[in-house]
Amino acid sequence: MLDPTVLQTLWFALIGFFFLAYFVLEGFDFGVQMNVGAFWRRGDAARGTVLKTVGPVWDGNEVFLITGGALLFAAFPEWYASLFSGFYLALLLLLLVLIVRVCAFKWRGKVDSARWRTSWDIVHVLGGFAPALLWGVAFSNIVAGVAIDENRWVTTSLVGLLNPFALLGGVVFVLLFWLHGTLYLTLKVTGELRAAANRLAGILVWPTILAGAAYLLWYQLAHSHAGWTWVPLLIAAVALVAVVPLNRLRREGLAFTATVAAISASVVTLFGGLFPYVLPASNTPAHSLTVANASSTEHTLTVMLVALCILLPLILAYTFWAYRVFRHRVTDEESDLPGSALLEKAKAGYREAFEQE
Amino acid sequence: MEALDIARWQFGITTVYHFIFVPLTIGLSLLVAVMQTTSVLSKDPVRKDAWTRMTKFFGSLLIVNFGIGIATGIVQEFQFGMNWSEYSRFVGDVFGAPLALEGLAAFFLESVFLGLWIFGWGKLPEKIHLLTIWAVAIGSTLSAYFIIAANSFMQHPVGAMLNPETGRAELDPSQGSLWAVLTNVTAMAAFPHVVSGAWLVAGAFVTGVASWHMVRHHNRARDIGLETPEGEEHHHAARDLYRPVVRFGVIAMFISAIVLVVSGDFQAQIMFKQQPMKMASAEALCETETGASFSILTVGGPNAFSENCDDVTHLIEVPYVTSFLATHTFDAELQGVNDLSAQYQEQFGETVTDVHGQEIAVDYRPNLFVTYWSFRLMMGLAAFSGILAFWALWVTRGKGENARTTGSKLFQWFAVLSIPMPFFANSAGWVFTEMGRQPWVVHPNPDDPTIRLMTTQAVSGNPGWMVATSLIAFTLVYGVLAVIWFQMMRKAALKGVPLPKRDPDSDELDTPTLSFEY
Repeated sequence: MLDPTVLQTLWFALIGFFFLAYFVLEGFDFGVQMNVGAFWRRGDAARGTVLKTVGPVWDGNEVFLITGGALLFAAFPEWYASLFSGFYLALLLLLLVLIVRVCAFKWRGKVDSARWRTSWDIVHVLGGFAPALLWGVAFSNIVAGVAIDENRWVTTSLVGLLNPFALLGGVVFVLLFWLHGTLYLTLKVTGELRAAANRLAGILVWPTILAGAAYLLWYQLAHSHAGWTWVPLLIAAVALVAVVPLNRLRREGLAFTATVAAISASVVTLFGGLFPYVLPASNTPAHSLTVANASSTEHTLTVMLVALCILLPLILAYTFWAYRVFRHRVTDEESDLPGSALLEKAKAGYREAFEQE
Repeated sequence: MEALDIARWQFGITTVYHFIFVPLTIGLSLLVAVMQTTSVLSKDPVRKDAWTRMTKFFGSLLIVNFGIGIATGIVQEFQFGMNWSEYSRFVGDVFGAPLALEGLAAFFLESVFLGLWIFGWGKLPEKIHLLTIWAVAIGSTLSAYFIIAANSFMQHPVGAMLNPETGRAELDPSQGSLWAVLTNVTAMAAFPHVVSGAWLVAGAFVTGVASWHMVRHHNRARDIGLETPEGEEHHHAARDLYRPVVRFGVIAMFISAIVLVVSGDFQAQIMFKQQPMKMASAEALCETETGASFSILTVGGPNAFSENCDDVTHLIEVPYVTSFLATHTFDAELQGVNDLSAQYQEQFGETVTDVHGQEIAVDYRPNLFVTYWSFRLMMGLAAFSGILAFWALWVTRGKGENARTTGSKLFQWFAVLSIPMPFFANSAGWVFTEMGRQPWVVHPNPDDPTIRLMTTQAVSGNPGWMVATSLIAFTLVYGVLAVIWFQMMRKAALKGVPLPKRDPDSDELDTPTLSFEY
């Protein structure tokens, strides 16, 4: 097997970073959408409040996937080609739910009718659960490997992708993002909803710990190609267990930080254990796609690295700024800030502008 | 149908569908940015009030449209890998770079600042808030640039060489590498053409919607009578709110028309050099001619346009125009489809090996019917915008107290009917440029034809039923979303702006505030 170069290794890590950022950021968006279902009975207004917590930021979060996918294409075209054509039907399902989910975010508030909003709320619940499940299944198959023929075409069928390890992965992604999004809610809403999110997180954390531990141990023992990934694996475990006391003590910021750490460490475990492969062949090891044999030329990797070094700091800077602008809780900003009348007026102005009431 | 045909249909349907919304996003985000700038800079309270209302009105339409553009854009990026994996392997080293730059430089900018613009209304200081919509406009325009640079590599590969060991195209530092791809002359010509096409869409949209409301308020004012306060209010709406926006859209259309013609003319000239077959097909020019005419109406026998070029009869022709379009001289010799076809067969062979390893015969002629008519449709549909622009300018002529508005129902309906025309023209243009490239997915550069790939060699190895499933699923979902999108746009457009009220004591307008301090 070819040895990966420094650049190829760096680019593998960068792709990992983009997926890490995507799962940490879009992960709570998925979780928040799942909670539209969990808090369904609290009514239309509560569901609106839940969704408002991610209103200004979900769109930018999703771009980490779009850009991550394009970077995957640019840096590892063979990986992109085999993966996307090979996971065809799974990706088709994913794309369909991602499409309708965008429309749910953008259009829910545009027509003033309870029936209209309820319809989009159903799409939101689907748009939270389904992508999380599908990502879990897809990533588990990437790290565990699939059957690949001599043309580098994946021959595992959709049914083959639904193996026990992958299904457990799907369940873990759902639970982890759900917990993550629920803790995000405790940070962003007030009053009864905040207390309800706190209670829900206390319940969700237990199955998440159990399923997460089973999944990561299974992965580390059966599929991982590295020993050092025990370190991030243990960090993920400790972070997840720490959610229990932090949530009980209502240390919302720290509890949310803990799930950020758990998701990050899990992604590091998965990508770290995958290296030096990018798509291992479970049938004939020689057909495996590796960091070395799936990448672009050194020249292209260099050019793209320069572009990334210029653009990524800018992106992170204005994304950070956007989060700062929208850092306040969704329902109590009037009471917290001076000049609450002004803000009330601002909201009326906003409603007039975009809902035109 | 085979997987190849279904995959092509899917690419065509999803791309044309995506490009219904994208030009409106690109054009309207710029026009809304200009509207908001006008309102922020205006000293006159009536003017400020009018442009503030219009910014919000067209902003709400922009947001409805933005969502579906993003949603359908994800599909575009994924489907290169899903349906065209062999293409992705062949060009990945080159083609992935502009796509990644599009994400890094444009998509983040658009998405993050759109969130800031929508939700920062009332949170950000006025000037900063204005900058956020400009960031959105710049981001959406940049995204067009990068995707066109990527597409131009398929029309005219530059900056790369063929690696004989791997059989793949690779960026070549000695030929300018990525910089050459981003400054490809094909992209430099196509970018202004596509972006001004987007301005035309947005200009016709703004003028169409505003004209409809202007006529409505004009007639209400006339019916009620100008002497009543309510009549005065409608008169004000027609003259001071909608009339300036009608004319603003006309300006956008004029600017776009100039850029469209100049860039289109330049594109035609380089296309005759880079892809002579595409331009010969656009003209259904079967035999090589000197001083070739431009035909306006052409008919053909049963086999015309698909199998036998000689079955074509041009009914109405303008002499020398095609030669002039190609070279700016009247007597240039232009190669016909038949000669070019024979030439390609000699140069590139009569058969090709497809992805399944089978030798198949190659027809180097694109579908003549589609290329011929899409080319004419693209240019012909622009006539609607031209008529709309001059008509709107005429009915709103005059200055100050003499500024006119109109109550013409005919103008009102023509304005509304003109809205979709530039959308269709855009689609026709893309259909022409993509179908005219067939049978190539990467058209050989005449100066160095080593990098080239046929569509039959580009498709993934997936079975037909799988691709058909995805085609049906996307078509159904897109169909439903299109209906919802249309209803929402229609409803939002019909609402118009809330009419300004004057405080009787202070004589001040209730201008909706654009922005507040923290």
